Amino acid sequence: MLKIENISVSVGEKEIIRNLSLNVKRKERHVIFGPNASGKTTLAMTIMGIPSYKITSGRIFFEGREITKLSIVERAKLGIFLAFQNPPQIRGVTVNSLMQILSKETKGILRKVYLDENIGLRELGVGFSGGEKKRLEIAQAFAMKPKLLILDEIDSGIDIESLRLIGKEINKFLERNKASVIAITHYGYLLDYLNFNKAHVMIRGQIACSGDVKKIWKIISKEGYKWCEKCLRR
Amino acid sequence: MFEEIKRKAKEASKKKAELGPDLNLKEFSLATKPLPKISKLSELQKEEKKSASNVGIEIKERKRSGTFFQINHSVIYENVKQDGLEIMSTTEALKKYSWLKNYWWKAVPVNCDKYTAQAELKQTHGYFIRALPGVKAKFPVQACLFISQNGLAQNVHNIIIAEEGSELQLITGCTIGLHVAKGLHIGISEFFVKKDASVTFSMIHSWGKDVDVRPRTAAIVEENGTFINNYICFKPVKSLQMYPVTYCVGKNSKTSYHTLLYGVGKSYLDVGSKVELIAEGSRAGIITRAIAKDESQIFARGHLIGKHKDTKGHLECRGLLLSERAKIHAIPELEGKASGCELSHEAAVGKIKEEELWYLMSRGFTEEEATSMIIKGFLDPEIIGLPPLLKDQIKKIMEKVVKGL
Repeated sequence: MLKIENISVSVGEKEIIRNLSLNVKRKERHVIFGPNASGKTTLAMTIMGIPSYKITSGRIFFEGREITKLSIVERAKLGIFLAFQNPPQIRGVTVNSLMQILSKETKGILRKVYLDENIGLRELGVGFSGGEKKRLEIAQAFAMKPKLLILDEIDSGIDIESLRLIGKEINKFLERNKASVIAITHYGYLLDYLNFNKAHVMIRGQIACSGDVKKIWKIISKEGYKWCEKCLRR
Repeated sequence: MFEEIKRKAKEASKKKAELGPDLNLKEFSLATKPLPKISKLSELQKEEKKSASNVGIEIKERKRSGTFFQINHSVIYENVKQDGLEIMSTTEALKKYSWLKNYWWKAVPVNCDKYTAQAELKQTHGYFIRALPGVKAKFPVQACLFISQNGLAQNVHNIIIAEEGSELQLITGCTIGLHVAKGLHIGISEFFVKKDASVTFSMIHSWGKDVDVRPRTAAIVEENGTFINNYICFKPVKSLQMYPVTYCVGKNSKTSYHTLLYGVGKSYLDVGSKVELIAEGSRAGIITRAIAKDESQIFARGHLIGKHKDTKGHLECRGLLLSERAKIHAIPELEGKASGCELSHEAAVGKIKEEELWYLMSRGFTEEEATSMIIKGFLDPEIIGLPPLLKDQIKKIMEKVVKGL
């Protein structure tokens, strides 16, 4: 479904991702671990096509079609969705005005992610708690029904109980829509709720290793990312 | 007493206003022929109806408690639909009520500048609207001030009195005819909000790119009184300068201002909101949202003055720049004159951030759609917190206006 071939990505003058490849098949669930500033968010933004993340070499394919040069809107329409780590505040645009364009079932969707209906009248992100921000990202995903769901640290700023409930809903969504997911995280909590089939560790803009989810998480929790650095050198 | 007023006006007849481009009043004509009265608004010409309804005037007068309609220097229509309300021209009211002299230039000083002076020396009617004690207007009263003659100066003086315990809503729409290129509108509005009374005043302007506008507005609010001032200007204007002020003189008096400005073309908008919190427990809130496009210039001023220790006020101004050549200058002022008063402000001016557009684009909206969502939302009355009764009304008007943006 998503095929990334040897991409290098720069933000401004700085190269963040170097020669990275990734292959995500339909219905597959990938999790990407990595320390701060290892390029995880850059990878997510690049797949979505955010213009400040410039692909300097390599190509990206989605469902067999090259999307390297496609705009954000075109990618969104093809079925790629990014749940932002830090969604911006957008004054003037209320939750309702956005959600109602995306879906006819706004109310039900908000309920699914445990957001109070009253949030509908508020402006996007303005005065939102960390948890509310994340829930609204998921709500939009449910409304847009993407084929590929990219979750950028959906588990930060949200309490464990909420994460469990929302994780369950994401699970249902992925199954029902036969969608794929790439989840970026620092922590392991998400592993309990979403059954990932492949894990990757990103170190300094590269994928240091890929493989079995439990194995990799076990090593990271025991040895820390320092241990993964070795793999990169190998 | 009137001699004294006239004398002061004459003395001020060359006095420049503190703000805004100085106008040569001689460039505007004061000669116009009187227009005949009409018996219902549907007798207006088609284009007049269209212009009026674009500034909130209900031609069929549905959900209105009364109407005042003035074209150029002629009051062509007055209608009162509810007992306890009075609507007439101020010239007529001055003849009818000798006590009106006690209100005449009591909120706005006649010698403020040459525009107030001209409104006194060359007055061309204006409306007198009064709610008798305890009367609650079921629907808004509407007033239209219309210029249909090219190059004309309209100098109106309005007096609005909400007697004790009354409630009044007023929608004033000011606009021009299709063939008017140049014109000058001077509008004096003096509001008197008595004990336990409330007035919601919503003014919608739709001028032309060569029309100059100088409203001079002030309100005096007594004990437990409320004055809400909503102002909307989305259409081009050559220059518009006004700095309405509310004096909260009564205990627990309240006032709020909601201003929505959209600068297009070469419009010059200098709009402020000022409140003097004089009495114990008085409160004020000021919200301004301004969008500047093309080469427009917007000055968004706000001034809160706390003169009593138990007073509170908050001022908020947000500006959105849609062009490199446009300018928004937010000038918030806080003046505490009594220890204990709580005054605060927040202001932010900038362009639409790329991150905001990209975010919306990732939700499948094109850049144009995303931009228009942000602009429409920015000027949405839902967000700035207008009173519920008026929100839908103003929303309808805004939808019409936004369609043409």
